[in-house]
Amino acid sequence: MKWIPDLGINYVLRLDGLSLLFVLLITGIGTLVTLYSIFYLSKKKEQLHYFYAYLAIFMTAMLGLVLSDNMMVLYLFWEMTSISSFLLIGYWHKRERSRYGAKKALYITVFGGLMMLGGMAILSNLAGSFSIQTVIARAAAFSDSPYFILAMIFIMLGAFTKSAQFPFHIWLPDAMEAPTPISAYLHSATMVKAGLYLIARMTPVFAPTHQSWSVTIMIVGLVTLFWGAFNALKQVDLKAILAYSTISQLGLIMSLLGLGSNALREANGFYVAALAAALLHLFNHATFKGALFMVVGIIDHETGTRDIRRLGGLMNVMPLAATLAFVGTFAMAGIPPFNGFISKEMFLESFVHLSSIDAPTLSTLSYIFLFVAWIASVITFVYSMILFFRPFTGKQKPWLQPKRATHTPLGMAFSPLVLIVLVIVSGLFPNLFANRLITPAIHSVKTTLNPSYELHLALWHGFTPALWLTIAIIAVGTVLAVTYLKWKPAIQKRYRHTFAWNDVYNRGNYYFEKLSYRSMTTVMNGNLRFYLIILFMTFILMTLVGVLTTDSLDFSMIKLTKIDVLDVLIFIATAIVLLAIMLSKARLTSVILLGALGYLIAIMFMVARAPDIALTQLVVETISVILYLLAFRFLPQIGKDEEKITPFSWRLWISLGVGFVMFMVVFSSFNTTFFDSVLSPYFIENAYTLGGGKNVVNVTLVDFRGFDTFFESAVLTIAAICIYSLVRLRLNKGDKQHEE
Amino acid sequence: MILHVSIYISLVLFGISIILFLYRVIKGFFLADRVLALDCIGIALVSIAALISMMQNTPVFVDVLLIIGLLAFIGTVSYARFEEKGQVIVRDRTKS
Repeated sequence: MKWIPDLGINYVLRLDGLSLLFVLLITGIGTLVTLYSIFYLSKKKEQLHYFYAYLAIFMTAMLGLVLSDNMMVLYLFWEMTSISSFLLIGYWHKRERSRYGAKKALYITVFGGLMMLGGMAILSNLAGSFSIQTVIARAAAFSDSPYFILAMIFIMLGAFTKSAQFPFHIWLPDAMEAPTPISAYLHSATMVKAGLYLIARMTPVFAPTHQSWSVTIMIVGLVTLFWGAFNALKQVDLKAILAYSTISQLGLIMSLLGLGSNALREANGFYVAALAAALLHLFNHATFKGALFMVVGIIDHETGTRDIRRLGGLMNVMPLAATLAFVGTFAMAGIPPFNGFISKEMFLESFVHLSSIDAPTLSTLSYIFLFVAWIASVITFVYSMILFFRPFTGKQKPWLQPKRATHTPLGMAFSPLVLIVLVIVSGLFPNLFANRLITPAIHSVKTTLNPSYELHLALWHGFTPALWLTIAIIAVGTVLAVTYLKWKPAIQKRYRHTFAWNDVYNRGNYYFEKLSYRSMTTVMNGNLRFYLIILFMTFILMTLVGVLTTDSLDFSMIKLTKIDVLDVLIFIATAIVLLAIMLSKARLTSVILLGALGYLIAIMFMVARAPDIALTQLVVETISVILYLLAFRFLPQIGKDEEKITPFSWRLWISLGVGFVMFMVVFSSFNTTFFDSVLSPYFIENAYTLGGGKNVVNVTLVDFRGFDTFFESAVLTIAAICIYSLVRLRLNKGDKQHEE
Repeated sequence: MILHVSIYISLVLFGISIILFLYRVIKGFFLADRVLALDCIGIALVSIAALISMMQNTPVFVDVLLIIGLLAFIGTVSYARFEEKGQVIVRDRTKS
């Protein structure tokens, strides 16, 4: 559909495997979330019309984002998701934390969005089209361009901020102030995957020619994976744990995407497997994380708290929720027979393979990668266990909970139930979904893949190294989870302020505000003298630079006329008057001297043979002196604290500089007349014949250039009216002093 | 030629006298001194304008002469009035 065809911006939708996967996630989980929110939000207390409007905007935007082929339209929908997410996070806008979280999310994601816009602008410039498919097709032609790397960085920034990658992950935990259905939908299943979608979508552009694309994404993903998992250990709020776990899982998918994007450069089967693992885990994560958020919402709804220190023994109270949470957490931890196991297994396998092949650039680092991935998986196991066992087992603590826990409401449990069933089914029969959803998605990321390629997933595929790693994860993780209460306080205490990126954000905000405040109050201090100094200094600098760099000064004295004794005398008199004006201590002296100066100028006009101007000058000068005297009573005396003119005062040097520069420019421009004046001879010749007057000046004023005179009369009229109104208005205000 | 030289000489003399008047304007003991000196400058200007018009052999400066005479008078009167009453145009005549 055409939108702005002149700019090549059209509303083009394109559905391929990758888009389809996302569309199904968005619509499917969207439906479930809507259903869930019907039971979650109160009809009486909440303003539901806003909620569903925002949610629908978000859903539309997200669908548009994954479907559009035009980069500008994609960007439009991208910002729409940011804004609707902002609205949804700040849904309870009377809470301070909600507003804080919403603002933070908006700043960070919009920052990334703008970066992405820059990247896309570069790409479309290079490719000559806004269409992503065209860019992919032509990418190889311009991959040498230095701007290509810049576009890559920009697009990565956009994706990393949206997908809460390190160090832009800080907005996600604060976005947990949103209502739980929103957290489930936006901040686990869909919006945070927009960055992943972007990476996957742009992989065919960047990955074939640049290895840095793969390596950067992989490293950032691994760091996020580890950092998110580690931070999840420290939290006591169920939603905060889930938020950090989301960050961590997004990092996992991101690193797999990075690893898998190597497949476009090197023909190696396991890279494709990594890609498959990424997309599979993307799907799996959306299912179990959405379910977990909803379960947490149920707990919150039924007990009134999400603090794991206050919860316990809920298994007996709400068995259904416990079952759902059990499956969800165990899927997240990567335990068979749930779907998390398969993708976790493929994840570990990818990194095992990476360390076993002799990739020259990655061989040394690959063991570190594997180790980090393994450690992060252990931590994931530990916090998943905490997430399940802390609230649901142990003693009941009803005295710590605001509400008496009751049965799980069936309406609320329905949506997570569907998701959990999906988790189990896709765990037990992985090929059911894989070859219908994941394989086409892989095909659309790696377009050159053999069309008959098919995934073969299975819960059991022999004693591979990845299986041993999983067993080790479970063993170490169990030990850690059992002794959890012993080491947790130590971690919380020891690492509370280590690498607190939130502090960086808050302080950054604070200092930026302070900096701009300071700079504004320094520059805009309301002191007219200060502004004048800046004005004159700019004038001096610009003129000097302009004149000196262009070598346009000309001090030859060819055109000068002879100097009379009379000229010298007038000059001396003028100089004396000027000096006296500057040095005079009383204002009256200054006024008189100013009049004397005006008369001297009139003499100059006479000597230069300009009778009309001399006449006008005399009259005007007299009138202005009289005006000064009229206003004299109201003028302040020259203050005693007036700055003395010393050789060190700024003002002296600036005024000298201005004078010098002006002198230089005038003198040199006098010498550089590029052509003789055409107008003057014309005026002189035609004043009588055309204008009918012998006074050339007057004929010019009223005949040749009558318009200027007309508007100058207008200026005089306006000035007169202004003065009149100023005086009258002042009297009307009842200023008795002048009403004599 | 003699005329031209003499005009020139008198112009220079008037120039010097204006500079001397200026000295009085700047270093006046009272305001009256300054105003008087300014008036003298005005009259000297009349002469200078006349001399210039003679030198440049043109009648166009005659208007200037008249105007200067007039203005010098008006200016001096307004200064004097300012000195007497503190302002130039006095609204309330009963107070004067």
